[in-house]
Amino acid sequence: MGLTIHLQFSGGMELLFNNEKEKTVTLPDTFTPALATLKDLLPWMRDNLLSERAELFMQGDTVRPGILVLINDADWELEGELEYVLKDDDTIVFISTLHGG
Amino acid sequence: MRLCTLCQKERAVLKRPKTGQQICRNCFYAVFETEVHNTIQENELFKRGDKVAIAASGGKDSTVLAHVMTTLNERYGYGLDLFLLSVDEGITGYRDDSLETVKRNEQQYKIPLKIVSYEELYGWSMDAIVKEIGMKNNCTFCGVFRRQALDRGAALLQVDHIVTGHNADDIAETVLMNILRGDFSRLQRCTAIRTATNETIPRSKPFKYTYEKEIVMYAYFKKLDYFSTECIYSPNAYRGYARAFLKDLESIRPSAIMDIIHSGEAWESKIEVKVNTPVDGRVIVGSCERCGYMSSNKLCKACVLLEGLNKGLPKLAIGNSTKYKREQDKRDASARARVCDPATPSGRSPS
Repeated sequence: MGLTIHLQFSGGMELLFNNEKEKTVTLPDTFTPALATLKDLLPWMRDNLLSERAELFMQGDTVRPGILVLINDADWELEGELEYVLKDDDTIVFISTLHGG
Repeated sequence: MRLCTLCQKERAVLKRPKTGQQICRNCFYAVFETEVHNTIQENELFKRGDKVAIAASGGKDSTVLAHVMTTLNERYGYGLDLFLLSVDEGITGYRDDSLETVKRNEQQYKIPLKIVSYEELYGWSMDAIVKEIGMKNNCTFCGVFRRQALDRGAALLQVDHIVTGHNADDIAETVLMNILRGDFSRLQRCTAIRTATNETIPRSKPFKYTYEKEIVMYAYFKKLDYFSTECIYSPNAYRGYARAFLKDLESIRPSAIMDIIHSGEAWESKIEVKVNTPVDGRVIVGSCERCGYMSSNKLCKACVLLEGLNKGLPKLAIGNSTKYKREQDKRDASARARVCDPATPSGRSPS
Protein backbone atom coordinates (compact mmCIF):
# COMPACT_ATOMS: atom_id res chain seq x y z
CA MET A 1 0.00 0.00 0.00
CA GLY A 2 1.31 3.45 -0.91
CA LEU A 3 1.35 6.44 1.42
CA THR A 4 -1.96 8.17 2.00
CA ILE A 5 -1.74 11.96 2.14
CA HIS A 6 -4.51 14.47 2.84
CA LEU A 7 -4.18 17.64 0.80
CA GLN A 8 -6.01 20.91 1.42
CA PHE A 9 -6.11 24.01 -0.73
CA SER A 10 -7.29 27.49 0.23
CA GLY A 11 -6.80 31.21 -0.24
CA GLY A 12 -7.39 30.79 -3.97
CA MET A 13 -5.04 27.80 -4.32
CA GLU A 14 -8.03 25.56 -4.92
CA LEU A 15 -8.66 27.34 -8.23
CA LEU A 16 -5.58 25.58 -9.62
CA PHE A 17 -6.77 22.18 -8.38
CA ASN A 18 -10.18 21.71 -10.00
CA ASN A 19 -11.70 23.99 -7.37
CA GLU A 20 -11.37 21.18 -4.81
CA LYS A 21 -10.57 22.32 -1.28
CA GLU A 22 -9.65 18.88 -0.02
CA LYS A 23 -8.33 15.74 -1.61
CA THR A 24 -6.98 12.53 -0.16
CA VAL A 25 -4.49 10.78 -2.40
CA THR A 26 -2.70 7.45 -2.30
CA LEU A 27 0.78 7.84 -3.68
CA PRO A 28 2.21 5.28 -6.12
CA ASP A 29 4.90 2.81 -5.06
CA THR A 30 7.63 5.04 -6.45
CA PHE A 31 7.19 6.97 -3.19
CA THR A 32 9.21 4.86 -0.78
CA PRO A 33 7.97 5.17 2.81
CA ALA A 34 10.58 6.78 5.12
CA LEU A 35 12.43 8.14 2.08
CA ALA A 36 10.02 10.12 -0.12
CA THR A 37 9.94 13.84 0.67
CA LEU A 38 7.88 16.88 -0.09
CA LYS A 39 10.33 17.56 -2.89
CA ASP A 40 9.00 14.43 -4.60
CA LEU A 41 5.37 15.22 -3.81
CA LEU A 42 5.25 18.69 -5.41
CA PRO A 43 6.08 17.63 -9.00
CA TRP A 44 3.76 14.62 -8.62
CA MET A 45 0.94 16.97 -7.63
CA ARG A 46 1.78 19.23 -10.55
CA ASP A 47 1.71 16.35 -13.03
CA ASN A 48 -1.25 14.45 -11.60
CA LEU A 49 -3.56 16.86 -9.79
CA LEU A 50 -3.05 20.38 -11.09
CA SER A 51 -5.76 21.44 -13.47
CA GLU A 52 -4.20 24.64 -14.79
CA ARG A 53 -1.30 27.06 -14.86
CA ALA A 54 1.59 25.11 -13.34
CA GLU A 55 3.65 28.32 -13.11
CA LEU A 56 1.26 29.60 -10.44
CA PHE A 57 1.99 26.55 -8.26
CA MET A 58 5.69 25.86 -8.68
CA GLN A 59 8.80 27.88 -9.34
CA GLY A 60 11.93 25.77 -9.81
CA ASP A 61 11.61 22.73 -7.56
CA THR A 62 9.59 24.46 -4.83
CA VAL A 63 6.25 26.22 -4.45
CA ARG A 64 5.89 29.68 -5.86
CA PRO A 65 6.86 32.36 -3.32
CA GLY A 66 3.71 33.61 -1.61
CA ILE A 67 2.21 30.14 -1.16
CA LEU A 68 2.15 29.05 2.49
CA VAL A 69 2.55 25.37 3.28
CA LEU A 70 1.52 23.71 6.52
CA ILE A 71 2.43 20.15 7.45
CA ASN A 72 0.09 18.68 10.06
CA ASP A 73 -0.97 22.22 10.97
CA ALA A 74 2.56 23.59 11.42
CA ASP A 75 4.47 25.99 9.19
CA TRP A 76 6.58 23.89 6.81
CA GLU A 77 9.55 26.16 7.58
CA LEU A 78 9.68 24.34 10.93
CA GLU A 79 9.47 20.92 9.32
CA GLY A 80 12.39 21.03 6.91
CA GLU A 81 10.45 22.37 3.91
CA LEU A 82 11.28 20.30 0.81
CA GLU A 83 13.33 17.83 2.84
CA TYR A 84 10.35 16.83 4.99
CA VAL A 85 9.94 13.04 4.88
CA LEU A 86 6.34 12.10 4.11
CA LYS A 87 4.50 9.92 6.60
CA ASP A 88 1.31 7.97 6.12
CA ASP A 89 -1.80 10.01 6.95
CA ASP A 90 -0.01 13.40 6.81
CA THR A 91 -2.13 16.49 6.15
CA ILE A 92 -0.53 19.10 3.92
CA VAL A 93 -2.19 22.47 3.42
CA PHE A 94 -1.41 24.93 0.64
CA ILE A 95 -2.64 28.51 1.08
CA SER A 96 -2.14 31.21 -1.50
CA THR A 97 -1.45 34.68 -0.14
CA LEU A 98 -1.37 36.16 -3.60
CA HIS A 99 -5.07 36.88 -3.74
CA GLY A 100 -6.52 40.24 -2.90
CA GLY A 101 -7.17 41.38 0.61
CA MET B 1 8.80 18.16 18.00
CA ARG B 2 10.04 21.73 18.25
CA LEU B 3 8.97 23.67 21.31
CA CYS B 4 7.77 27.26 21.29
CA THR B 5 10.66 29.62 22.03
CA LEU B 6 8.36 31.84 24.09
CA CYS B 7 6.50 29.48 26.43
CA GLN B 8 8.82 26.44 26.09
CA LYS B 9 5.78 24.22 26.51
CA GLU B 10 3.71 23.85 23.37
CA ARG B 11 4.57 22.66 19.88
CA ALA B 12 5.87 25.47 17.66
CA VAL B 13 3.60 25.91 14.62
CA LEU B 14 4.91 29.10 13.03
CA LYS B 15 8.24 30.62 12.14
CA ARG B 16 7.80 34.38 12.39
CA PRO B 17 9.07 36.09 9.25
CA LYS B 18 9.90 39.24 11.17
CA THR B 19 12.04 37.66 13.89
CA GLY B 20 12.68 34.05 12.93
CA GLN B 21 11.16 32.97 16.27
CA GLN B 22 9.43 29.59 16.39
CA ILE B 23 6.22 29.91 18.32
CA CYS B 24 3.10 27.97 19.30
CA ARG B 25 -0.45 28.82 18.41
CA ASN B 26 -1.40 30.65 21.61
CA CYS B 27 1.84 32.62 21.80
CA PHE B 28 1.31 33.55 18.14
CA TYR B 29 -2.17 34.94 18.85
CA ALA B 30 -0.75 36.87 21.80
CA VAL B 31 2.20 38.46 19.96
CA PHE B 32 0.17 39.16 16.82
CA GLU B 33 -2.60 40.95 18.71
CA THR B 34 -0.21 42.73 21.09
CA GLU B 35 1.87 44.10 18.23
CA VAL B 36 -1.21 45.58 16.57
CA HIS B 37 -2.30 47.00 19.93
CA ASN B 38 1.16 48.57 20.40
CA THR B 39 1.04 50.04 16.90
CA ILE B 40 -2.35 51.59 17.69
CA GLN B 41 -1.16 52.96 21.05
CA GLU B 42 2.24 54.25 19.95
CA ASN B 43 0.76 56.10 17.00
CA GLU B 44 -2.26 57.31 18.97
CA LEU B 45 -4.55 56.25 16.15
CA PHE B 46 -7.81 56.67 18.10
CA LYS B 47 -9.43 58.59 20.90
CA ARG B 48 -11.93 57.12 23.33
CA GLY B 49 -15.43 57.41 21.92
CA ASP B 50 -14.28 57.61 18.28
CA LYS B 51 -16.56 56.18 15.63
CA VAL B 52 -14.34 54.03 13.43
CA ALA B 53 -15.20 52.48 10.06
CA ILE B 54 -13.33 49.31 9.12
CA ALA B 55 -12.95 49.25 5.33
CA ALA B 56 -14.10 45.69 4.61
CA SER B 57 -13.74 43.86 1.32
CA GLY B 58 -14.36 40.35 2.59
CA GLY B 59 -10.73 39.44 1.81
CA LYS B 60 -8.20 38.10 4.30
CA ASP B 61 -6.75 41.41 5.50
CA SER B 62 -9.98 43.21 6.27
CA THR B 63 -11.55 40.08 7.75
CA VAL B 64 -8.64 39.68 10.15
CA LEU B 65 -8.68 43.44 10.83
CA ALA B 66 -12.38 43.32 11.78
CA HIS B 67 -11.67 40.39 14.09
CA VAL B 68 -8.62 42.00 15.72
CA MET B 69 -10.22 45.45 16.08
CA THR B 70 -13.24 43.88 17.79
CA THR B 71 -10.98 41.81 20.06
CA LEU B 72 -8.69 44.71 21.03
CA ASN B 73 -11.55 47.15 21.51
CA GLU B 74 -13.03 44.75 24.07
CA ARG B 75 -9.79 43.60 25.69
CA TYR B 76 -8.22 47.01 26.20
CA GLY B 77 -11.40 49.06 26.50
CA TYR B 78 -10.63 51.47 23.62
CA GLY B 79 -14.22 52.65 23.80
CA LEU B 80 -14.58 52.68 20.01
CA ASP B 81 -17.84 52.51 18.12
CA LEU B 82 -17.01 50.17 15.20
CA PHE B 83 -18.63 49.93 11.77
CA LEU B 84 -17.97 47.87 8.65
CA LEU B 85 -17.81 49.89 5.45
CA SER B 86 -17.81 48.14 2.08
CA VAL B 87 -17.60 49.40 -1.45
CA ASP B 88 -19.53 47.62 -4.18
CA GLU B 89 -17.59 48.27 -7.38
CA GLY B 90 -20.17 46.38 -9.41
CA ILE B 91 -18.02 43.46 -10.54
CA THR B 92 -20.21 40.45 -11.20
CA GLY B 93 -18.76 37.16 -9.96
CA TYR B 94 -16.29 38.91 -7.68
CA ARG B 95 -17.58 41.65 -5.48
CA ASP B 96 -21.10 40.30 -5.20
CA ASP B 97 -19.65 37.09 -3.72
CA SER B 98 -17.17 38.83 -1.41
CA LEU B 99 -19.92 41.10 -0.06
CA GLU B 100 -21.67 37.96 1.17
CA THR B 101 -18.60 37.34 3.34
CA VAL B 102 -18.82 40.86 4.74
CA LYS B 103 -22.49 40.32 5.53
CA ARG B 104 -21.52 37.22 7.51
CA ASN B 105 -18.87 39.28 9.34
CA GLU B 106 -21.58 41.75 10.28
CA GLN B 107 -23.40 38.92 12.06
CA GLN B 108 -20.29 37.33 13.58
CA TYR B 109 -18.83 40.50 15.07
CA LYS B 110 -22.12 42.35 15.63
CA ILE B 111 -20.80 45.44 13.86
CA PRO B 112 -23.23 47.41 11.65
CA LEU B 113 -22.43 47.29 7.92
CA LYS B 114 -22.78 50.04 5.29
CA ILE B 115 -22.33 49.31 1.57
CA VAL B 116 -21.82 52.11 -0.98
CA SER B 117 -21.77 51.34 -4.70
CA TYR B 118 -20.01 52.91 -7.69
CA GLU B 119 -23.30 52.70 -9.52
CA GLU B 120 -25.10 54.97 -7.04
CA LEU B 121 -22.11 57.32 -6.46
CA TYR B 122 -20.87 57.73 -10.03
CA GLY B 123 -23.52 56.26 -12.31
CA TRP B 124 -21.00 53.68 -13.55
CA SER B 125 -20.31 50.16 -12.31
CA MET B 126 -16.88 48.61 -12.99
CA ASP B 127 -18.57 46.12 -15.33
CA ALA B 128 -19.86 49.08 -17.39
CA ILE B 129 -16.48 50.86 -17.26
CA VAL B 130 -14.62 47.76 -18.45
CA LYS B 131 -17.09 47.42 -21.33
CA GLU B 132 -16.08 50.94 -22.32
CA ILE B 133 -12.36 50.91 -21.66
CA GLY B 134 -11.28 47.25 -21.84
CA MET B 135 -9.12 45.19 -19.53
CA LYS B 136 -6.15 47.53 -19.46
CA ASN B 137 -5.98 50.53 -17.14
CA ASN B 138 -9.37 49.87 -15.56
CA CYS B 139 -7.63 49.56 -12.16
CA THR B 140 -6.92 53.31 -12.40
CA PHE B 141 -10.66 53.99 -12.38
CA CYS B 142 -11.31 51.48 -9.65
CA GLY B 143 -8.57 52.83 -7.37
CA VAL B 144 -9.58 56.47 -7.71
CA PHE B 145 -13.27 55.69 -7.34
CA ARG B 146 -12.74 53.43 -4.34
CA ARG B 147 -10.79 56.04 -2.43
CA GLN B 148 -13.58 58.57 -2.79
CA ALA B 149 -16.28 55.95 -2.22
CA LEU B 150 -14.78 55.06 1.16
CA ASP B 151 -14.68 58.73 2.14
CA ARG B 152 -18.28 59.24 1.06
CA GLY B 153 -19.42 56.11 2.87
CA ALA B 154 -17.55 57.26 5.97
CA ALA B 155 -19.23 60.66 5.74
CA LEU B 156 -22.64 58.95 5.54
CA LEU B 157 -21.79 56.94 8.66
CA GLN B 158 -20.46 60.11 10.31
CA VAL B 159 -17.36 58.31 11.52
CA ASP B 160 -14.21 60.01 12.86
CA HIS B 161 -11.78 57.56 11.36
CA ILE B 162 -11.31 54.86 8.72
CA VAL B 163 -9.00 51.87 9.20
CA THR B 164 -7.86 49.78 6.26
CA GLY B 165 -6.31 46.31 6.15
CA HIS B 166 -3.14 47.35 4.30
CA ASN B 167 -0.34 45.16 5.60
CA ALA B 168 3.47 45.44 5.57
CA ASP B 169 3.67 43.55 2.26
CA ASP B 170 1.16 45.92 0.62
CA ILE B 171 3.09 48.97 1.77
CA ALA B 172 6.43 47.55 0.62
CA GLU B 173 4.82 46.80 -2.75
CA THR B 174 3.57 50.36 -3.01
CA VAL B 175 7.02 51.74 -2.14
CA LEU B 176 8.51 49.64 -4.96
CA MET B 177 5.85 50.75 -7.42
CA ASN B 178 6.31 54.42 -6.59
CA ILE B 179 10.07 54.09 -7.08
CA LEU B 180 9.58 52.25 -10.37
CA ARG B 181 7.22 54.97 -11.56
CA GLY B 182 9.30 57.85 -10.21
CA ASP B 183 6.30 59.04 -8.23
CA PHE B 184 8.10 60.80 -5.38
CA SER B 185 5.08 62.65 -4.16
CA ARG B 186 3.30 59.33 -3.48
CA LEU B 187 6.52 57.73 -2.26
CA GLN B 188 6.57 60.29 0.54
CA ARG B 189 3.02 59.63 1.57
CA CYS B 190 2.69 55.88 1.09
CA THR B 191 4.53 54.80 4.22
CA ALA B 192 2.55 57.05 6.58
CA ILE B 193 0.54 55.01 9.06
CA ARG B 194 -2.03 57.76 9.21
CA THR B 195 -3.07 60.22 6.54
CA ALA B 196 -4.12 63.61 7.75
CA THR B 197 -5.61 66.28 5.57
CA ASN B 198 -7.91 69.07 6.58
CA GLU B 199 -10.52 67.93 4.09
CA THR B 200 -11.00 64.23 4.64
CA ILE B 201 -11.63 61.76 7.40
CA PRO B 202 -8.31 60.44 8.81
CA ARG B 203 -7.28 56.99 7.63
CA SER B 204 -4.89 54.61 9.19
CA LYS B 205 -3.29 51.22 8.72
CA PRO B 206 -3.07 49.26 11.99
CA PHE B 207 -1.40 46.38 10.05
CA LYS B 208 1.44 48.59 8.74
CA TYR B 209 4.00 46.37 10.50
CA THR B 210 2.12 43.09 10.13
CA TYR B 211 3.38 40.54 7.63
CA GLU B 212 0.90 39.06 5.22
CA LYS B 213 2.11 35.58 6.13
CA GLU B 214 1.04 36.13 9.73
CA ILE B 215 -2.33 37.55 8.71
CA VAL B 216 -3.01 34.48 6.58
CA MET B 217 -1.79 32.13 9.33
CA TYR B 218 -3.93 33.95 11.89
CA ALA B 219 -6.99 33.57 9.67
CA TYR B 220 -6.15 29.90 9.10
CA PHE B 221 -5.65 28.98 12.77
CA LYS B 222 -8.68 31.00 13.90
CA LYS B 223 -10.72 29.55 11.02
CA LEU B 224 -11.88 33.01 9.97
CA ASP B 225 -14.23 33.14 7.06
CA TYR B 226 -12.75 35.12 4.15
CA PHE B 227 -13.13 35.39 0.41
CA SER B 228 -10.15 34.78 -1.83
CA THR B 229 -10.93 35.00 -5.51
CA GLU B 230 -8.77 37.33 -7.53
CA CYS B 231 -10.52 40.33 -9.06
CA ILE B 232 -11.52 39.22 -12.56
CA TYR B 233 -10.27 42.49 -14.07
CA SER B 234 -6.85 42.66 -12.44
CA PRO B 235 -4.58 40.21 -14.34
CA ASN B 236 -2.91 43.06 -16.20
CA ALA B 237 -2.23 45.14 -13.13
CA TYR B 238 1.28 46.49 -12.65
CA ARG B 239 1.04 45.70 -8.95
CA GLY B 240 1.08 41.96 -9.66
CA TYR B 241 4.64 42.19 -10.96
CA ALA B 242 5.83 44.25 -7.99
CA ARG B 243 4.17 41.67 -5.76
CA ALA B 244 5.82 38.67 -7.38
CA PHE B 245 9.19 40.43 -7.14
CA LEU B 246 8.63 41.23 -3.46
CA LYS B 247 7.65 37.62 -2.70
CA ASP B 248 10.83 36.40 -4.42
CA LEU B 249 12.88 38.74 -2.24
CA GLU B 250 11.02 37.65 0.89
CA SER B 251 11.75 33.98 0.17
CA ILE B 252 15.47 34.78 0.15
CA ARG B 253 15.39 37.17 3.12
CA PRO B 254 12.14 37.74 5.05
CA SER B 255 13.31 41.08 6.43
CA ALA B 256 13.20 42.49 2.86
CA ILE B 257 9.62 43.65 3.50
CA MET B 258 10.49 45.73 6.56
CA ASP B 259 13.68 46.91 4.84
CA ILE B 260 11.74 48.28 1.88
CA ILE B 261 9.28 50.08 4.17
CA HIS B 262 12.25 51.62 5.97
CA SER B 263 13.73 52.64 2.63
CA GLY B 264 10.47 54.36 1.74
CA GLU B 265 10.46 56.19 5.06
CA ALA B 266 14.09 57.24 4.67
CA TRP B 267 13.43 58.77 1.27
CA GLU B 268 10.68 60.84 2.70
CA SER B 269 12.55 63.99 3.58
CA LYS B 270 15.19 63.80 0.89
CA ILE B 271 13.19 64.88 -2.10
CA GLU B 272 11.36 68.13 -2.44
CA VAL B 273 7.86 67.80 -3.75
CA LYS B 274 6.05 71.04 -4.29
CA VAL B 275 2.42 69.91 -4.25
CA ASN B 276 0.67 69.01 -1.02
CA THR B 277 3.49 70.00 1.31
CA PRO B 278 2.46 69.50 4.90
CA VAL B 279 2.06 72.68 6.93
CA ASP B 280 2.16 72.11 10.69
CA GLY B 281 1.76 68.41 10.03
CA ARG B 282 -1.37 68.87 7.94
CA VAL B 283 -1.59 68.84 4.21
CA ILE B 284 -3.44 71.82 2.81
CA VAL B 285 -5.28 71.04 -0.37
CA GLY B 286 -8.00 72.68 -2.40
CA SER B 287 -11.29 71.15 -3.35
CA CYS B 288 -12.79 70.00 -6.63
CA GLU B 289 -14.98 72.68 -8.12
CA ARG B 290 -17.45 70.12 -9.39
CA CYS B 291 -17.98 67.72 -6.49
CA GLY B 292 -16.21 69.43 -3.58
CA TYR B 293 -13.90 66.47 -2.87
CA MET B 294 -10.34 67.42 -1.90
CA SER B 295 -8.12 68.02 -4.89
CA SER B 296 -4.96 69.91 -5.70
CA ASN B 297 -6.34 70.64 -9.18
CA LYS B 298 -9.52 72.34 -10.34
CA LEU B 299 -11.22 69.00 -10.84
CA CYS B 300 -10.54 65.95 -8.72
CA LYS B 301 -9.24 62.82 -10.38
CA ALA B 302 -12.60 61.05 -10.15
CA CYS B 303 -14.42 63.94 -11.88
CA VAL B 304 -11.80 63.99 -14.66
CA LEU B 305 -12.19 60.24 -15.15
CA LEU B 306 -15.98 60.54 -15.08
CA GLU B 307 -15.91 63.36 -17.60
CA GLY B 308 -13.90 61.14 -19.92
CA LEU B 309 -16.35 58.26 -19.48
CA ASN B 310 -19.39 60.44 -19.99
CA LYS B 311 -17.91 62.03 -23.11
CA GLY B 312 -16.94 58.68 -24.59
CA LEU B 313 -13.20 59.43 -24.18
CA PRO B 314 -12.47 57.18 -21.23
CA LYS B 315 -8.70 57.27 -21.69
CA LEU B 316 -8.72 61.04 -21.15
CA ALA B 317 -7.15 61.03 -17.75
CA ILE B 318 -4.86 58.05 -17.72
CA GLY B 319 -1.26 57.82 -18.72
CA ASN B 320 0.07 60.14 -21.38
CA SER B 321 -3.11 61.88 -22.33
CA THR B 322 -1.85 64.62 -24.67
CA LYS B 323 -3.39 62.86 -27.65
CA TYR B 324 -6.73 62.51 -25.92
CA LYS B 325 -6.68 66.12 -24.74
CA ARG B 326 -6.16 67.20 -28.32
CA GLU B 327 -9.06 65.01 -29.39
CA GLN B 328 -11.21 66.45 -26.65
CA ASP B 329 -10.28 70.03 -27.56
CA LYS B 330 -11.27 69.32 -31.14
CA ARG B 331 -14.66 68.00 -29.99
CA ASP B 332 -15.18 70.96 -27.69
CA ALA B 333 -14.28 73.37 -30.46
CA SER B 334 -16.78 71.82 -32.84
CA ALA B 335 -19.43 71.80 -30.10
CA ARG B 336 -18.82 75.50 -29.50
CA ALA B 337 -19.02 76.20 -33.20
CA ARG B 338 -22.42 74.51 -33.29
CA VAL B 339 -23.71 76.39 -30.28
CA CYS B 340 -23.41 80.02 -31.32
CA ASP B 341 -24.71 81.56 -28.12
CA PRO B 342 -21.71 81.58 -25.75
CA ALA B 343 -24.02 81.59 -22.73
CA THR B 344 -25.41 78.16 -23.57
CA PRO B 345 -23.53 75.47 -21.70
CA SER B 346 -22.05 72.82 -23.91
CA GLY B 347 -21.65 70.16 -21.27
CA ARG B 348 -18.42 71.60 -19.98
CA SER B 349 -18.03 74.33 -17.43
CA PRO B 350 -16.30 77.45 -18.82
CA SER B 351 -12.62 77.60 -17.99
